[in-house]
Formats: sequence, structure tokens, C-alpha cells
Amino acid sequence: MSTVINSQRPAGTNFFNNAQKVLRQNIREYGMYIALIVIMAIFTVTTNGVFISSRNISNLLNQTGYIAVLAVGMTLVIIIRHIDLSVGFLAGFMGAVAAIAMVFWGLPVYVVIPLVLALGAIAGLITAYPVAQLGIPSFVASLAGWLIYRGAILLVTMGTGTIIIPDATFNAIGNGFIPDIPNIGILDDVHKVTLFLGLLAIIFFIVGEINGRKKKQAYNFEVLPGDMFVLKMVFVSALVAYITWVLAGYRGMSWTLVVVLIVVAIYHFVTTKTVLGRHIYAIGGNPEAAELSGISVKKLVFVVFGSMGMLSALSGILFASRLQSATTTAGSLFELDAIAATYVGGVSAAGGVGKVVGSLIGALVMMSLTSGMNLMSIDISLQYIVRGAVLAAAVIFDVATRNRGK
Amino acid sequence: MSVPILEMKNITKEFPGVKALNNVSFQVARDEIHCLVGENGAGKSTLMKVLSGVYPNGDYSGDILYEGEIQRFRGIRDSEKAGIAIIYQELALIPELTVYENIFLGNEIKDKNGLTIDWNETIQRATQMLKKVRLNVNPEAKVKDLGVGKQQLIEIAKALSRDVKLLILDEPTSALNEDDSKNLFDLLRGLKEQGVTCILISHKLKEVIEIADTVTVLRDGQTICTLSASQAPITENVLIKNMVGREIDNIYPKRQHKQIGETVFEVQNWNAYSPILGRMILQDVNFNVKRGEIIGFAGLMGSGRTELALSIFGNPDHFRIRGDMYLKGKKCNFHHTSDAIHAGLAYVTEDRKGDGLILLQDVKQNLTLANLKAISKNGVVDENAEIQVGNKYKDSLNIKTPTIEQTVGNLSGGNQQKVSLGKWLFVNPEVLILDEPTRGIDVGAKFEIYTIMNQLVEQGMSIIMISSELPEILGMSDRVYIVSSGRIAGEMSIEEATQEKIMEMATN
Repeated sequence: MSTVINSQRPAGTNFFNNAQKVLRQNIREYGMYIALIVIMAIFTVTTNGVFISSRNISNLLNQTGYIAVLAVGMTLVIIIRHIDLSVGFLAGFMGAVAAIAMVFWGLPVYVVIPLVLALGAIAGLITAYPVAQLGIPSFVASLAGWLIYRGAILLVTMGTGTIIIPDATFNAIGNGFIPDIPNIGILDDVHKVTLFLGLLAIIFFIVGEINGRKKKQAYNFEVLPGDMFVLKMVFVSALVAYITWVLAGYRGMSWTLVVVLIVVAIYHFVTTKTVLGRHIYAIGGNPEAAELSGISVKKLVFVVFGSMGMLSALSGILFASRLQSATTTAGSLFELDAIAATYVGGVSAAGGVGKVVGSLIGALVMMSLTSGMNLMSIDISLQYIVRGAVLAAAVIFDVATRNRGK
Repeated sequence: MSVPILEMKNITKEFPGVKALNNVSFQVARDEIHCLVGENGAGKSTLMKVLSGVYPNGDYSGDILYEGEIQRFRGIRDSEKAGIAIIYQELALIPELTVYENIFLGNEIKDKNGLTIDWNETIQRATQMLKKVRLNVNPEAKVKDLGVGKQQLIEIAKALSRDVKLLILDEPTSALNEDDSKNLFDLLRGLKEQGVTCILISHKLKEVIEIADTVTVLRDGQTICTLSASQAPITENVLIKNMVGREIDNIYPKRQHKQIGETVFEVQNWNAYSPILGRMILQDVNFNVKRGEIIGFAGLMGSGRTELALSIFGNPDHFRIRGDMYLKGKKCNFHHTSDAIHAGLAYVTEDRKGDGLILLQDVKQNLTLANLKAISKNGVVDENAEIQVGNKYKDSLNIKTPTIEQTVGNLSGGNQQKVSLGKWLFVNPEVLILDEPTRGIDVGAKFEIYTIMNQLVEQGMSIIMISSELPEILGMSDRVYIVSSGRIAGEMSIEEATQEKIMEMATN
């Protein structure tokens, strides 16, 4: 097969070989992107295009929001070889606290949000205490938290049941969209600010990649072959452009998406560019070596669990806002969705390996499955089975490619 | 003369880059106690692992004749079936299980139905075994509640329960007190009468002389000699001479300008208690190191040298410590490794893969990990500065890697050791502690590391070198401390130090 191509199109073969090589070397990283695209393509076909419609994609992203922020925090927790099972009901409980603070205590939304985020961070620190100070396995410590927060939600909603949140500003976080400039005659039927932001993101991405590549070349580091580099640029730009266009065709970028992107951007920056991030990966890679290098493992357990608690509160706010109410069952199974998202996103269960952006993609994969199967009216029983199978497949793929890399 | 129970012929076993055993021949007669001695790394444990099938047939070259027949063990199971049992330094008992459960673990006595375990029979047989090893404990006691000496005997009982013919003990007395040791030796003599042949690996030469019928000395993976006690009495001197043997050649580069200055670091009346082991691990340790000096810490494995280094270096294992430390005359106290690093100490671990490097990460990330502060501003790492640091140490330490973006796990042992060393040089310490700096690396890389050490002390650094290789201690140090059982057993200048003297102090 390849010899035929060889004799006829040598240039094409080169491209093909490069593509094969790059794909093989980075299969773990690219695998989940490919999986996401395959899943989206399948659902687009099976739903006659409904899946890929502006409205559905917009909805899908908003639904992913509260899981995505949890998955981002969970990424760090799993990188340092721990787990936090309490995040789901902590999110639900924090949503209820936010509702109570606004409805019964009459606090303004601008006070409530920072207050709830701070409470979430404190809750995370409390989970961290037995883990860091007493050496209790995080599975057990956070399982205790799971039960406690489950009870706490029931306790605070006992008299009232579901608490309706009347605050328009608060509810906009989960349901609103960013404002647009007035019509100027061109592109009047799409969301212009969204388009502009998308364009900006693409420009930033391309400039950043080219600069990074130049720097690496200056140091004689290995870079992607030229054609593969261009292919990657085109591919990512096209993806961002397409999503932007789809969103602009509906009501533009939602506030939820803005929140998620900000969270991902901050955590991506912290994990890849800062000393704190380095220390987190070092602890995950080899805790003994990290401790001997002067890194306080205890302190970072507090930091990572504290951040997880804060993001749980954020997740609770996003969810309560989306439902415009705090319910007694809010947060059920969020923790498992978030953990599944991180594993699908390539975070290693053995610790030390994983990317925040990967977990975002993982969350999108899991939510796409839910959304697509809902559109196809597949029974919930089968939905669980399919999602379980995808999770298992992702982890098997991860382990298999890791072993081959050795 | 009857057929020997065991004959190992021309055994060669290679690890990547190292020939651990080189054409070793080893013969054990029936019903004798045969001691195997040699320095750390001489190949004793490797030879026993070949024998017991830990390194399966095909992993080594040469023949094993057991009971006159060639054996091809593919695993421990095979050798156990043949009647060979090995008892390691670290006991392999399950602490939470009872004595009788441990004795028959993996060899359970089944009921007639072939499924469930016949506990009554098990307990009865365990009681017999305990009697055989003269141990008076309740078979229903949990192993964790017994002392090390008793646990050792239970290991032997476990071996006897499998009809062992050839019992191998690796450093059985290293954790035993005198009474327990004596008890153990009495037992071994008794077993000899009952037809159990015994191979004993030991560092304690006095014991060896006391108990051995025959002694085989290994050195650098080769058989040096086999001595029989029945022909001529074996003396400590003969053993030591054969163990250390070789002359120190020029693999140790000489320093051009020796300039030893004032005392930089001093430790006084240092005691440490390990809550995990439940005993004192360091007692009344005093030592000092001067500017531009290399001091060597000699001693056997397990003598407490690494624990001493760690207890000084911020005490990450949380020993309970009493004593004083002075750095440049100022009393200091480190609550965490970061305090020690900040004050000017650095510790290059003996176990670079275990607690030195982050194998998943690349060369530059490992090099900068202990001193990220130096290449960051407001907590953000300056990647250009990091690359410069990476390249600097790649060049100055001659780290052989395609780029500094290579994952450290893919480098060879010698290059990993250089990364581990470079990481601590980037901290720019006053006192550099090197724990087994050349373990498991080839001669060329060793020479490079020695050269770097010489350069560092010439620039005024002080080095504390822990090493189990006596030639290395003698070749590199200016002064030697001998550590034995958590104490400083002696101190000598390099001029008066000899391998024999050190060995004698370390083995007492």
C-alpha cells in the first residue's frame, strides 16, 4: 500500500509519514481531541444535524460549565495523587447557601458570590486537614465530606424545600449571554462581540505558537515538522472559528462559558508557568523527591484542596444559577462526572501527569455523550452504560499508550 | 567425598552497564554451614537471587547443579519446590497475620474437600515447627507483636514447613541483638545435624569465623577464594585481605590544590529516635567538616549513615532528634528540608530513582526543582532562564542527553546521577552531602563525578560523602568517619586510614 503511494507521490508520502509519526508520538495528547470530534460527528449524523446546531452547542457548553470547573480543580487533586469525593454535594450545599444568603438574609449578589467562594475554600481546607496532617487517605476523608454535605443540603432546605432565586443578576451567570454592540449594517444576524473574541483568540493562539516554535528552534529543541505545525494551526483555528461561528449564530457567548474560560485560563497558567504549578507536578511525580527538594507536600495538599473547595462553590453557583433555584438534590454525582472527565482528559491515575485543558476536553466528551444520547432519545439506562464504557476505554487507552511509551 | 548439594558453575549475570557476576563458581557440601562474604556490591545477593530463581533461567549464563542435577529455575516457586529457601534481610512476613497463618502462607493445608483450609491441622503443625526452631510463642499471636529475633525464627519455621534442604540466610543478624544471634546460631547448628545445609551471607566477620565450616569470598562479582575451617583456622585478617584485595589505582583523580580551611559545619551530641522502628537509630554522633574538605562516612549498609544525613537535612522522616548543629559557628535548627536548603545544605540521595529525581519530567525541570526561586519572578517561572540553567549544567557536568527536554527516566544511570548532582549544585550549597554518589554507575561516569567533587571543594565547598565502597572512601576523602550501629565508631585522617582498619571498626 505504502509502496504504491511512494512511487507515485513522494511529497505526499512525506506528509503522510510526518502525520503518522506525529500522531504516534502524541497519541495520548491528541487522542481525546480525536475522540471528541468523532463523537460529535457521530451524533451530528444520528440526529440529522440537530446536535451541531447553534442552539444545542450553546446549551451543551453551558451544561458542561459546572462539571468543567470541578474537573479543573480535580485535575490538580489527582495530579498530587489524591481524590476528592466531597465536591458534588459541597457544590450543591454551597449553591443552597448562596440561595439562602440572597433570599433569606437579603445579601446582595456581589457579596454573596465572594462569600460563598470563600466558604468553599474553607470547606476544602477542612477536607485537607486530616489528609495532610494525619495521613488519612483522601478517599476516606472526602467520603466523610460527601456524607456530611449531603446531610447539610437536606438540613438547610428542610423547611423550605427548593429555594427559588429571584435575583436576575445571579441567574444571568447560568442563563445569560454577553452583550453585543448595536447593529451596524453588516453581520447583523450574528453576535458580533462573540465573533470578535473568537477572532482575537485565534490570533493570540497563532502568534503564541509561532513565537514558542521560534524559541524552541533557537535552542535546537525538537519541534513539529513544518507541515504538521501548519496543519495543527489550521486545525485548531478552524475548530475555534467554527465554534465561535456556531455560538455567534445563536445568542453569542454565555456568561457560563466566560467563567469557565477564565477559570481554565488561570489554572492553565498556574500549572504550566508558575513555581506553584511546578511544585504540584513534582509532588505528583515523586512526593519523596519533592519533599527532599524543599517542597512542603503538606502545604500544597492544603492549597490544592482549598482550590478544589473554591471551585466546588463556583460549580454550585453555576448550577443554582442555571436552575434559578437551590434544590435538595443539587450536586448528585457531580464528583463522579468530574473525576471521569479528568481521566478521559488524560490525567494519570498514578499522579504527576495531566493537563487542565485536557480535563476541559474530557468534560466536553462526557457532556457531548449525554447531550447526543438525549437528542436521540436513548434511554437513561443505556446512557449510563455507554458513558461507563467510554470512561473505561479512555483509561485503557491511556494505560496502553503509556506502556508502549516505555 | 560425597556429591556436593549445590554447585554453581561459571555464573555470569549482567545488568545494563554492570557485570554483577563474572564467571562465579560456588560449591556447597552437604550438611555444612557455608558463609558467603564480600563487600557491598561484591555480588553475594545477586548470586543468591540467581540460585533461588529470582533471576530466572536464561537471565544469566552458567549452570546450577543441585543434588547433582542441572536445574533451570524459572522463579522462586521452582526453587522452593526443590527444597531451597531464602530468607532476606527484610523479613517477608505479614505483620497483621498470626504466626501459624504466616508459617503456612502460600502452602496452606487444605481440608479433605480441597477448598477450605484445615485450621486445626495448621495450628498443630505450626506448633511442631515452632518447637523445631525452639521458639516458645503462641502460634495464634500476631507477628507484629513479636520482636525481630522471633520473627527471624518464624521465617525459618516457615522454610522448614516446606521440607527445606538448603536454607539461605541473607544478613540474618543485622537487626538482632547478641542473645538472639547466639540463639539463631545454635539453631542452625542443630539443623545441620538434622540434614539442613545452610548458606549464610554476613558482614559480621566474627560471627562468620564462629559458625562457618566453609567460607567463600566474593569480590567485584568474582570468586576470590574458598576457605575451609577444617584445614586451617580462618582469621579475620585473611578474610578482610581477600575481601578488599585490590589496590586503589588511578580511578581517583588527585586534587591540585588542597586548601582546607575553618570548620563550616558541626554536629554535636546528635541523637535520633525513629518512632516507626521504635528504637534509637543515632546515638551521640559528633562530627564536623571544614571548608574545602571532603569527609567520608564509611560503614555498612544499615549502619545509620543515610538516617544521619536525613536527620540533619530538615528531618523529612520525622525522627525525634536531640542535639546541636552549627553552620559557620551559628547554631541552626531546621524544621523542614526547605530550611536546610535555605541555610546552605544540599543532599544528593543514594536512591536517585526512588527519592531523587522525577523520572516523568525532563532534564531542565529536574535541574531547577530545588531552586525555582532563582529563575522566577513573582512566582512565574522564567522559561528562558530555565533553559540557560539546563544547558549550563548539561555542558559543565557533561550530561549526555539529546536535549534538556529529554525525560530523565530515559537517561542512563550515570547521566541520571549527574542530573541529580546538578540539581543540588544549582542550589549552590555550602555543605554538599553525597549519599553513595557513584552507586550503580560505570567507571567512566564515576571518574567524572570524582573530578566534579574535586573542583567543588577547590572552590571552597565542603563535601560529606557517604559511601559503602572503601576504595572510594580512601581515594576521595580527606578525613574518614566510621559509622557503626548508629554511632561514630571512629575517626581517622586519610593518612592513617586503611581498608582493614575501617572494616574492623565497621564490622564490630
